[in-house]
Amino acid sequence: MPNAIPENSVGPDNSVGLVTPETLHFDQPLELACGRTLSNYQLVVETYGELNEDKSNAILICHALSGHHHAAGYHSVEDSKPGWWDNHIGPGKPFDTNRFFIVCPNNLGGCHGSTGPNSINPETNKPWGVDFPSLRARDWVQSQARLADHLGIQTWAAVVGGSLGGMQAMRWALEYPDRLRHAVVIASAMKLSAQNIAFNEIARNAIKSDPYFHDGHFLENSTLPRNGLALARMIGHVTYLSDEQMGNKFGRELRSGSFQQGQDTPVEFQVESYLRHQGDAFSNSFDANTYLLMTKVLDYFDLAREYDNDPVKAFSNALCKFLVVSFSTDWRFAPERSEEIVKALIDAKKNVSYAAIESNLGHDAFLLPNERYEQVLYAYMELIATEVSV
Amino acid sequence: MSIRIDLDIIQQWVAPQSHVLDLACGDGALLKSLKEHKNVEGYGLEIDQEKITAAIANGVNVIEANLDTGLSQFADNSFDTVIMTQALQAMRYPHLVLDEMLRIGKQCIVTFPNFGHWQARIFLLTHGRMPVTKELSYQWYDTPNIHFCTVKDFEVLCAEKNILINQREFVAERFLDRQIKGICPNLFSNTAIYLLSN
Repeated sequence: MPNAIPENSVGPDNSVGLVTPETLHFDQPLELACGRTLSNYQLVVETYGELNEDKSNAILICHALSGHHHAAGYHSVEDSKPGWWDNHIGPGKPFDTNRFFIVCPNNLGGCHGSTGPNSINPETNKPWGVDFPSLRARDWVQSQARLADHLGIQTWAAVVGGSLGGMQAMRWALEYPDRLRHAVVIASAMKLSAQNIAFNEIARNAIKSDPYFHDGHFLENSTLPRNGLALARMIGHVTYLSDEQMGNKFGRELRSGSFQQGQDTPVEFQVESYLRHQGDAFSNSFDANTYLLMTKVLDYFDLAREYDNDPVKAFSNALCKFLVVSFSTDWRFAPERSEEIVKALIDAKKNVSYAAIESNLGHDAFLLPNERYEQVLYAYMELIATEVSV
Repeated sequence: MSIRIDLDIIQQWVAPQSHVLDLACGDGALLKSLKEHKNVEGYGLEIDQEKITAAIANGVNVIEANLDTGLSQFADNSFDTVIMTQALQAMRYPHLVLDEMLRIGKQCIVTFPNFGHWQARIFLLTHGRMPVTKELSYQWYDTPNIHFCTVKDFEVLCAEKNILINQREFVAERFLDRQIKGICPNLFSNTAIYLLSN
């Protein structure tokens, strides 16, 4: 596996440095929850740190809606930004690459190299587009279990994820109870609320109403529904931030124009320009069909559906220990959603610890530095390190 | 120290392999000890951030929660024993917390510092000021301990609420107190430990 190259170090001392993703091919057909089958597929994966001799120190990082395999380090010396969870993965960081072997795949259906809507459908020799099979979190979990098999990992020391990533960690605990020792579930929920689904539907409608969407076959038409995707991202982005944080960051500051009498140049607030920038940047790097697919995975996720809608019954299958973390101003998956998880785990008599972190950074807090959040992760990961003797 | 004696007595009252809830569990020392010696399964509730981190490091299940509001989530009789050590006096409504403990647990263990101890009485009598002790070194205006009581106060409350006192033990720190605490626990014990049920 490609690992960090410390001697060619890029970034600060506690960075994993330069990393290279690897593409793994899987020829065993994958039966999906929707009933369709992927005859073969590929996963793009990054790993950091080294797998120990008894293969007990592996940690699976599950990414969220717009995430990917590049969780830490840099792909080249020119990169201005490291991977999306570089704050927490690296030498001496909570997910300490000196002790743990960290594995982060791009999920199926993604648009960063793993098989997804942008890939060629072997039956038509055209990009899948919207015809790509609809996925559920359990399909990702199954493909991640195959990835573990490929790497020779029988049991993960921990499966870790924030938001949609946390949902995968919970699904892991139910689908493969004997293949993980710990599940770390951050800023997540057992199912989406009607409000969550509503925001996702608005985002999907924004994409679908872009004239360049072509019913999802935009690649064949050599176009991209950039405006629709940018708008979808703007909507999503608002739900990732807190009112307080937006107030602090932008307030009612103007980027251009003025309210003075006699001036009729249009006024633009800073927050408008910021959101537009976020949308534009995202629309250049993400695939619209993947966005539709991922938001549907979120909407469909319901941990307890096939357990008579009883989360206690669902969790009674779990064998691992849980750490649940929430953030005070997260209104996408509010602390109450995490507390529902905790309550179900307690009622199922499972091992669980819960930290409700004060933060004014909304849902995005799970990606960002926060002293207490890090202390909780450090303490928990130290415990895991002791358990697996690393 | 009395804390150590507390632990020993509590351990005697907790059945092996039982299901335990420890309210205001601090750094989880009691739960860790109960896990090691009695093989209990349990959870601690705590509100102090640093103590939560310490409890995680101690390998116990710790849930961040406010005890004045966060107990309603637990079902009736869902734990064999509900424990609260040295925290009753810090509750906004101690009597309601007691009700909740007895609802959630089949039995409850409560320990609290006895404000009826002669040293506290003499402090108030001679200084004319609220007692400040080595263990409870807060001033009246910044103390988290807002509802101090004496052994007698507590037993009056239990009688009023028809709470059964199944067992009680008293811990005295001074040697002489230990010899005579049986005569008048309210005067000679520093810490009271009760085993309660409905």
